[in-house]
Parts: sequence; structure tokens; C-alpha cells
Amino acid sequence: MTALLDVRDLHKHFGALAAVAGVSVAVAEREVVGVIGSNGAGKTTFVNMVTGYLPPSRGTITFRGRDITGRPPRQVTGLGIARSFQVPQVFASASVLDNLLVAIGIAEEGRLPIWTPLRRRQRVARALATLESYGIAGYASQPASLLPQGVRKLLDIAMATVRGPELLLLDEPTSGISVGEKFAIMDTIMAALRAQRTTVLFIEHDMEIVDRYAERVIAFADGVIIADGPPQAVIDDPEVRRLVVGERVKVAE
Amino acid sequence: MTTTVAILVDGAVYASWLFLVALGLTLTFGVMKILNIAHGSFYAIGAYAAASAVGAYVQAGLSPAGGYLVMAGAAAIAGVVVGYGLERGLLRFMYGRDAVLVLLVTYAVFLILDDVMLLIWGANPYIAYQPDMLLGTSTVFTLPYPNYDLSLIAVAAVIGSGLWWALSRTRRGKMLLTVIHDREMSTFLGIDVAKVFTVTFTLGAVLGALGGALTAPIISVQPGIGAEVIVLAFAVVVIGGMGSIVGAAVGSLAAGFAHAAAVHLFPQAELFVIYALMSLVLIVRPQGLFGQAQPRKI
Amino acid sequence: MSRDRTLPGLAVATLVLLGVAAAAPGWMVFTLVVSLAQGLVVLGLMVLWRAGLMSFGQSLYYAVGGYTVGLINIQFGLSNALLLVLAAPAVAGLLAFLLGFLLARYRDIFFSMLTLAFAMILYGVLVKSSTLGSTDGFSILTPSFLGPHPGPDATQRLLTGLAALIALLAAALVHRYLKSTAGHLATAIRDNEIRVEYLGYSVHRAIHVKYVLAGILAGAGGAIVAMAIGHIDPEMAYWTTAGEFVFVAILAGAGSVAAPFLGAILFVVLRTYAAQYTPHLWHMVLGGTLLLFIVFLPDGVWSLFERACRPLKRRAPS
Repeated sequence: MTALLDVRDLHKHFGALAAVAGVSVAVAEREVVGVIGSNGAGKTTFVNMVTGYLPPSRGTITFRGRDITGRPPRQVTGLGIARSFQVPQVFASASVLDNLLVAIGIAEEGRLPIWTPLRRRQRVARALATLESYGIAGYASQPASLLPQGVRKLLDIAMATVRGPELLLLDEPTSGISVGEKFAIMDTIMAALRAQRTTVLFIEHDMEIVDRYAERVIAFADGVIIADGPPQAVIDDPEVRRLVVGERVKVAE
Repeated sequence: MTTTVAILVDGAVYASWLFLVALGLTLTFGVMKILNIAHGSFYAIGAYAAASAVGAYVQAGLSPAGGYLVMAGAAAIAGVVVGYGLERGLLRFMYGRDAVLVLLVTYAVFLILDDVMLLIWGANPYIAYQPDMLLGTSTVFTLPYPNYDLSLIAVAAVIGSGLWWALSRTRRGKMLLTVIHDREMSTFLGIDVAKVFTVTFTLGAVLGALGGALTAPIISVQPGIGAEVIVLAFAVVVIGGMGSIVGAAVGSLAAGFAHAAAVHLFPQAELFVIYALMSLVLIVRPQGLFGQAQPRKI
Repeated sequence: MSRDRTLPGLAVATLVLLGVAAAAPGWMVFTLVVSLAQGLVVLGLMVLWRAGLMSFGQSLYYAVGGYTVGLINIQFGLSNALLLVLAAPAVAGLLAFLLGFLLARYRDIFFSMLTLAFAMILYGVLVKSSTLGSTDGFSILTPSFLGPHPGPDATQRLLTGLAALIALLAAALVHRYLKSTAGHLATAIRDNEIRVEYLGYSVHRAIHVKYVLAGILAGAGGAIVAMAIGHIDPEMAYWTTAGEFVFVAILAGAGSVAAPFLGAILFVVLRTYAAQYTPHLWHMVLGGTLLLFIVFLPDGVWSLFERACRPLKRRAPS
């Protein structure tokens, strides 16, 4: 079986600093992978390179057997890889509905979407249905700048999924969300993604979330992968405990 | 040979003039991030102030050598009055607003000052040739050059290096440039940002007015000179990298020699060669030769 | 969502304008045709301004439009208004398409400055081109229409009618564009370019399209004004001409495709009165008005118009 995403020997240097120093990983179709690692371990840089925001200093990224190394985000997006952001990237002055409509409009139309009205009826229905599946349809007419953090995160993810990506990279989907809400929000996200049969790779600091939703966990430290396997095995790994999990597990227990 | 010498000397003179005119503009942008169209008005006001002051001084029959001081003094006073008044009275209310809107505000000021000058000095040209005449001419490789033009090179070098030294070689200047855009940090280090902005803008206006004053003896001072100069100054500043004094110097030299070369070798290009150069630089290096690119973090 | 009344509104306005073109006194017809030409340029500026981009160099395409008319006059001896008013925007659009590859990379004041530089390059070229009359420019042939020459007054009226129809067409098409996905990308680009790229669309292409649109409209405006005045000169390309367009764009506001035309008419009226009462203070009036608008009415006169209309709409259904 060939992997959906195959990353080989990926490096990223910022001057003398190696943010990612030789990462090789393969993700199979329909897998749900959690990525853990302390701040500065290279997780977001890894996602930035896979989605084309940063060109790698060395290494290759293959998606569905096709080399996508160094392609810009819009091409990577077009090929079926989407991502969400640690800080939600939404159109702040537009309404939630318009945010999603723009995403759908771009996905549905070609290179010059200059004629069909954005707010055509079927499209609005589709947008509302998507918002419904993320449980935020009630906010449809609110400007995105006024949303609570959790809703903004969901909108960010909803916008990333309108193309029906095969691979979705989530950068800390629960950061900035209160402890009380985070499981409900992750349930919503995962249910929506399962319905679309999306392969998911998510970065997460919260070990409870990782343990509960990931089928496989990859641990980053200092720009390399130090453990890769089933969640509990990785979280219990002494090296991972020392470098990544640290005190957190005690809090969780 | 003669053409080469002419291009070199003309280029150096023109570059010095461009530098004097662009220096205030790049200073204001470097510290305040304001691109100031009204800088063209400061230039024109300086030229008018100097021309009328020199005219009055010559009429009074005083020692001609003092005319240079009168010229500079009149421009400095005009620059302080207009610059300080504008910053305190209008611009300080615009800080933090969209850069393009602030650009439009300075455009509005430019338009208003156009007519203020018309009210004060009328539409007839002012000519104050005495400071130019007084210095005589020298011969550079068989070509006669007014000493006044040649001395512009020295004046530009002195003013430019003085400002550069103050900003990048003194402790206070360095600190200023590093932290000025971080209000919290500035307050922490005891820098009064509001005061720095006022002083910077006023200094920028004085430099603009001085540029105009120094030009006054070699042109006829009339309505419209500000509009001409401001776009040239913009181009120079963009070529060098906005906000950089060294950049303004290099930009002036590049633009000055390109202009002189065009005048002597390809006169059809005289009027647009500088803008063509600017476009070329932007294509190759969008932030200008000495500017810094700022990538966005996600 | 309230019903969109833009298109019926435009149709009614065009009928009124056609009436003015047919029956109003000559000076008023002239004022109108100049306003319409300017409105077309500003309509293009509005498309850019919605994405946060302000061109300080639309005078480039305005002049290209005017000089295209002049050159076709000279080279081919053609003076058919319909042909000229199609050819000029085509040439301007082609130039905008080429320069757009470069300009789409720039934002903020850098976009403003680079557009200005291109306009100044054309100005420099025109001033030094003795075959094109240098600073004096040259005269445009009286525009002809299908059929025999109808005399100067009727010509001006026909040209004004044509301008009104072109304005209607342009406004309707731009209106459609603004409601499309690409139109909505204006806000999206201003808010967050990275998100647009990650949705799979090229921000450069979106801006490029807007820039070409603006160029085409400015070319049309330049052609109309050249035929209406009967003369072109390099001043059309000078940056202060572009500054006037910027002024009208701010005065008008970006709320509707009708706003630029309203703004242009107001501008011409303002200029007429200023010339009458304060002949030496025209720039001061301009600058003062611009300041007042930026500070107190950033959405332009159109926002006043909308505010005045809203209570009416609310009352209507009850």
C-alpha cells in the first residue's frame, strides 16, 4: 500500500537554527495522526512546509505519489491538502456565512470566478449545511471579528474542509479553547471529518485530546521525530515523557 | 571624454540635489512610517521663503555673503512653523490609521498648501539668482560649472552624514530606530514617542524646506514646483529603500547619474529615466536596495 | 437580505441622463459628458480600493485612452465614436494586463507609488514626443457617428448619450462582478491574503483582474473626454490628474457602482462653483474637502445617500 503523504528527510534551516532537521514520515489513507512536541520542536514548521508556506531547505514531500515539494499553498490546496491554523485565519470583516461562501465559491469555480453571484441559492444552502455540521450555523450573520475563539476555530476548520480535502492538517485545534469546551469541539470536528472520510494529522499539546482522538502519535523534539506509534505507547515512552509530555500528564491524572 | 566628465559632474550635482530633497522624506518614513506627499509643499515653501528673503536682503543692500545665512534661516523658520503646526494640528490624530489613508491626508495637505502659497506669494515667478552668481564658475576638464552647483555636493554630504551619524552612531539614535514602533518598549526605555514624532516630522519639514531654499537660486520659483519634486523624491526613496538614509544616498546617486546619462546620451528619456529605474529596482528587489522585507508570520 | 435595486436604479438614471443629453443647455451637456468620463475612471478605482489598493496612476490609462483616439485619428483617419470608444479601452486593458503581472505583487503605499511611477513614465515620454505635439498635445477629430455629420451641438449630445450608455453598461457589469466570488475577494484580500491562498485561489490573479478592469474603464474615460474636449495633452498622464481621480473616489465612496458617477458629477459642480466664487482657492477647496471626508465621512457621499434611503425602505413594506 502506498502512503497518502510521504515525507522524506525534510529539513528547514532559519540561518543557523535548524527548525526541522531530517523528518521522514508516511501517513496512510484515513489515518488520524496526532503530533506532539514542546514549543519550538518544529511541528508548525513541518505543517508549513507540507502545505507550501515555507520551502524546505532539503528533502521531498510526496502526496499520492506526486512530488509536491516547494509548491505554493494554493496549488497544494488544489491537490487535496488543507490545513487549519493555530491562530484562526478568517476574513474578519465579513460575516461567518460570507467567509464560508468565499471558500465554497473558490472551490466550485474556476480561474476566473467573475460572473456567477457569490450568494447563489444552492451555495448558501450548502454553506449553511456545513456551518450546521460544525454546530455554528447560529453565528451565520455575525462578522467573524466578533466571534468567540472556539467558534472562530471551527469556522477556520470548516473553511479548510469545503474542498473535501483528502488530507487535513490541524494546527492545535483546541488551543485557546476552555477546558470545558474542548472535548465538545473536538467531537464536532472529528464527526464532521469522519463523515467526509478525511485523513487527519493534528498538532496538539493536550495529551488527553491526543489519547482520545489519535490512532497514531508522532512526537517531535528539536526538529526530529523521537517516537512514532500507538498513542499510549508514545505518551509512555520515557524519552517522550522527558522531552515532551513532562508535567502535563500528572495534571491530567 | 567630455561627455563622460559632463555625465559624472552633472550626475553628482543632480544626485546631491535629489538627496537633499529626499532626505526629509525618508527620515519621516523611517521613523513614523508616513509617506508624506506634503513634503513637496515643504520644498516649495522653502524655495519661496528663501527667494523672497534673499530678494529683500539684496534690496536692503547688505553684505552679499550674508545672503546664504538669510536663505537658510528663512527656510528653517518656514519649515519649523509648517512642520510643527501640521504635526500637532493634524497628523497626530491620524497615527495608527491605514497607511494609504494617511497618504491621502498628506495629499490633502499638499493641495491646501498649494493655494496657501499662491495666496502669500502670488502666481508670478520669484527669481533669486544672486547667491548663485556670487560664487562664480570653475572649469572642470574644459567644462564650466557654477561653483554654487558644485558646492551642493559638499552641502549634501555634510547634512547627510550628520544625520546618518546622529541616527546610527549615537546611542540614542540607535535606540530610537530599534524601538520606535514598539510603544511599550519605547516607554520602558524612557522614549517619549509623541515627542519623537513631533521632532522628526518638524526636522523632515526643515530638511524639505532647506532643499527648496538651496534650489531657489538656480530655478525660477513658481507654482507647481512642489508637484514636480515630490514624485522625484518618492522615486529616489523607493529606489534606495524607504526609511534608509544610506538608501536615499545610493538612490540619489543612481537616479542622478541615470538622469545625467540620459540628458547627454538619450535626451528622449530625460523625464522618465528615474521612474524607469525605480520600476526596475522594484521588479528585482521590491523593498528597494537598502530596505528590509517583512514576512508575515502565521 | 434586502432586494438589490441597483440595476433598476441605474436604468432610470440612464434615462434621465439621456434626457439631459437630448434637451439640456449645451454647458450642462458638456459638464455631464466630462463627469461620465471621470466616473468611469473612478469606477475602476473603486474596484481596486475595495481591495485596499489605491492607484495614484490611473492617469496612465486615462492618457492611453485619449492618445489611442488621437493616434487612430492620425494614422487611419478614423473618427467613428463607437469604434474609438471600443479601441481605447482595449489598448488600455492590454497595457494594464502587461503591467498587472508586476503590480499585482505590491500592496499599500508601494502599489500607489509604483502606479504613480508608471504614469510619470508615460508623461515623460509624451512630453518628449514632438510627433505627438510634446507639451501642447494635439487636436482630436470631431467624432463621427453612423451617417452624415450632424453639426457640433448634435455631435456633443450624441457623444454624451453614448457615454451614458457606456456608463450604464460598465456600471451593470461591474455590479455583477462585485457580487461574484472574485468581487467578494476584495474584502477577503484586505482581511487575509494567506487565507485566500490556502483556499486555493491566487491573490495575484485576483488583483490582476481588478487592475485590468480599472485600466479598461480608465481607457474608456480617457477616450470619451478626448472626444468631448477635442484635444489631448500630456497633462492627462500627470500624477495630479490621477490625484483628482483619487479625490473623487474618496468623495464618492465605494458603496455602490453608482457612487463614482454621483461623485464625479459633484466634483464637476464643485469645480464650477469654486471657479466662480474662489478662483484662486480651488486646490484648497479640494484638499479641505478631502480632509473632511477622510475624517468625518470615510464612506463617502454614497453613505449619506444610503442613510437617507434606508428609512424609506423600511417604511415601504408596512
